[in-house]
Amino acid sequence: MADSTLPIGSAIDLTPPSGVYETWLETVNSWVTTVDHKKIGLMYIAYAAIFLLVGGFEAILLRIQLAVPHNNFLSPEVFNRIFTMHGTTMVFLMGMPLIIGFANYLVPLMIGARDMAFPRMNAFSFWMTALGGLMLYYSFIGGVGLQGAGSAPDVTWWAYAPLTERAFSRGHSTDYWALSLIVSGFGTIGAAVNIIATTICMRCKGMTMFRMPLLAWLYLVVSGMILVTISPLTAAQIMLCIDRYLGGHFFDSQAGGAPVVWAHFFWIFGHPEVYVLVLPAFAIANEIIPVFSRKAIFGYPAMVAASAGIGVISLSVWAHHMFTVGMTASQNAFFVLSTGLVGVPTGIKIFNWIATMWGGKIRFATPMLFCSAFLIQFLFAGLTGIMLSTAPWNWQLHNSYFVIAHFHYVLVGAIVFCFFGGFYYWYPKMTGRMLNERLGKWHFWLFVIGFHVCFDLMHIPGLMGMPRSIYTYEPGRGWDTLNFIVSVGGMIQGVATAIFVYNLVYSFFKGEVAGPDPWDGWTLEWATSSPPPEYNFATAPVVMSRRPLWDLKHPEDPDYRYE
Amino acid sequence: MSASVIPLAHQEEWVQPYHGTVAMLALIVAETAIFMIFVVAYIYYIGKSISGPQPRQVLELPIFNTVCLLSSSFTIWLAERALKKSAMGAFNLWWALTVVLGATFLGGTGLEWKKLIYHDGLTISTNLFGTTFYSLVGLHASHVIIGLTMLSLVLLFSLAGKVKSEHAKQLEVLSLYWHFVDGVWVVVFTVVYIIGR
Repeated sequence: MADSTLPIGSAIDLTPPSGVYETWLETVNSWVTTVDHKKIGLMYIAYAAIFLLVGGFEAILLRIQLAVPHNNFLSPEVFNRIFTMHGTTMVFLMGMPLIIGFANYLVPLMIGARDMAFPRMNAFSFWMTALGGLMLYYSFIGGVGLQGAGSAPDVTWWAYAPLTERAFSRGHSTDYWALSLIVSGFGTIGAAVNIIATTICMRCKGMTMFRMPLLAWLYLVVSGMILVTISPLTAAQIMLCIDRYLGGHFFDSQAGGAPVVWAHFFWIFGHPEVYVLVLPAFAIANEIIPVFSRKAIFGYPAMVAASAGIGVISLSVWAHHMFTVGMTASQNAFFVLSTGLVGVPTGIKIFNWIATMWGGKIRFATPMLFCSAFLIQFLFAGLTGIMLSTAPWNWQLHNSYFVIAHFHYVLVGAIVFCFFGGFYYWYPKMTGRMLNERLGKWHFWLFVIGFHVCFDLMHIPGLMGMPRSIYTYEPGRGWDTLNFIVSVGGMIQGVATAIFVYNLVYSFFKGEVAGPDPWDGWTLEWATSSPPPEYNFATAPVVMSRRPLWDLKHPEDPDYRYE
Repeated sequence: MSASVIPLAHQEEWVQPYHGTVAMLALIVAETAIFMIFVVAYIYYIGKSISGPQPRQVLELPIFNTVCLLSSSFTIWLAERALKKSAMGAFNLWWALTVVLGATFLGGTGLEWKKLIYHDGLTISTNLFGTTFYSLVGLHASHVIIGLTMLSLVLLFSLAGKVKSEHAKQLEVLSLYWHFVDGVWVVVFTVVYIIGR
């Protein structure tokens, strides 16, 4: 039998939605007071999308400043503030809410639950996160303080001590930075606790742990990692606040404190954080690649094991950010080897994705285009990662643009690409309308070209010795042309993102109506209507394999015969 | 294709863990990570203060306090056992005793801090020892305060006759947190009063 779309009679409820609101105030009220995981998920995603635009705008400002030597577009002080805000925004206000938003929306639907385990705590977590973001940006107004110091924080997103101590960071900008990360950190920990409780305790009948969609599995791993990575950051920020408000000496070298302790605490958070952001990107690829290759995922148990392996190994690699502080030879060797070890489970994943595509009937719709580009770009990012994890190479290139290029290759080339793919894949589920495919192709090709023009070439000034975090440079070092082209690449990505935003708005009103299952998917979210009703499933689903909808569409050849 | 019927093979009971317990265990993992960072900072900074007072000169072993807090873990377990048997009088007695023991611990910490501040002149800004001591012990004490607040609420509900044996599962979650707070004290005690002195 050929692939066919649903109806699944029992799962879709045809009663019209009850929540039709009369006035705009009622609509606002329904969003502010909601405890529905889908609405909270959408608010997380919208919040992240807004900060993606803000952070992207800051990146454009930085690239304009660096496009030509001796530029006066931004003053040095403003440049410091903007790149601090760009980094903090993209990691904490864009990345974290985005991954949690997708988890909130998708995990309960995929495991056949009606909501998260703790709906009220879910709302609380979101509003804490939102408060954190507002606090950080309020520093533009309130950060000046009585000393008339600078407005926004200018201590870089890793905020090395003792620069953050009262003596060197006057005014309140650094306080806003620390407090906003503590507050949004509480929100993140609450969300992680919620996701863990949901995946372990709320699965529908028949969905054993090893029948969960891989997305749910990866979010379980990510949430476990959040518990042990965000907490150390919170602890370090509390110490910083004790130093700044109560006259403590944690990072105060004049009283015997050691600034390098901050560096350790920060990177104990900071490196696993990268995996916290990238595993959800893998999770999205795990769902999109099989559906668009028309094959079940290759090596499901190996994928689960590799994700858990990445989670465990990533906790022991943090000091590869700190080779230049002068560690002992054995410490250097340990962190070189442990970092190299991350490549093993990651390699397993890449081979599994390729094996899933191998021999498949691939449909290159926009979600699949983004995921295919992700595979190649993530491989390159991993290779420069292995170069940088080698201590002598790192001593040479530490704090250079090579490092910037490497981690943007991961953060943009892997994470942002997968999440764009995720937007195209699940937008029909979230809104009931397809994103425009033509605009999607424009978005993809412009973004992929802009990405490579920008970040491929950015490696080269780094190799030629251009340090990061400088506000301008002298002409004639061989960096000029490259920096100009890199800036042009940045603009192209900006244009592509603008097309994407236009597509989001345009398709919301004019997009093709999607129906419950536009991609011929196999996981439970496609068994309910688009957008799903507040209770998700009219009757609780029962599953017997990893692809419950395949079983329904192909009763003559169901998966559970083979699993 | 017409609407399909999902085959019913799973007739056995579908049991999953209680979400309250799972969430509390997850929270405990996160809290452990926070405490671990403070403990590591404490151990790293032992003997690094460049001015007095030093731990050996001012700290005394809080034996009575420790006995109070650790025995409260035992009394809360007795209270839970009483609740499962619906022996509400015994439950109220053991639960109240847990609150009293916790409060005694907190009072003892208060007296210790009063002596350190007014008699020995050690505050959080005096030296590295002061900074690390007050933040680690204070972090633990703030967890005791949160625990005591929740325990007292349950006691009030119970005295009003609202707690029944069907709430045993929920109270188990709270007692899990209380055991964690007690367990952390064993680590803090060892690090601050034995290794650090």
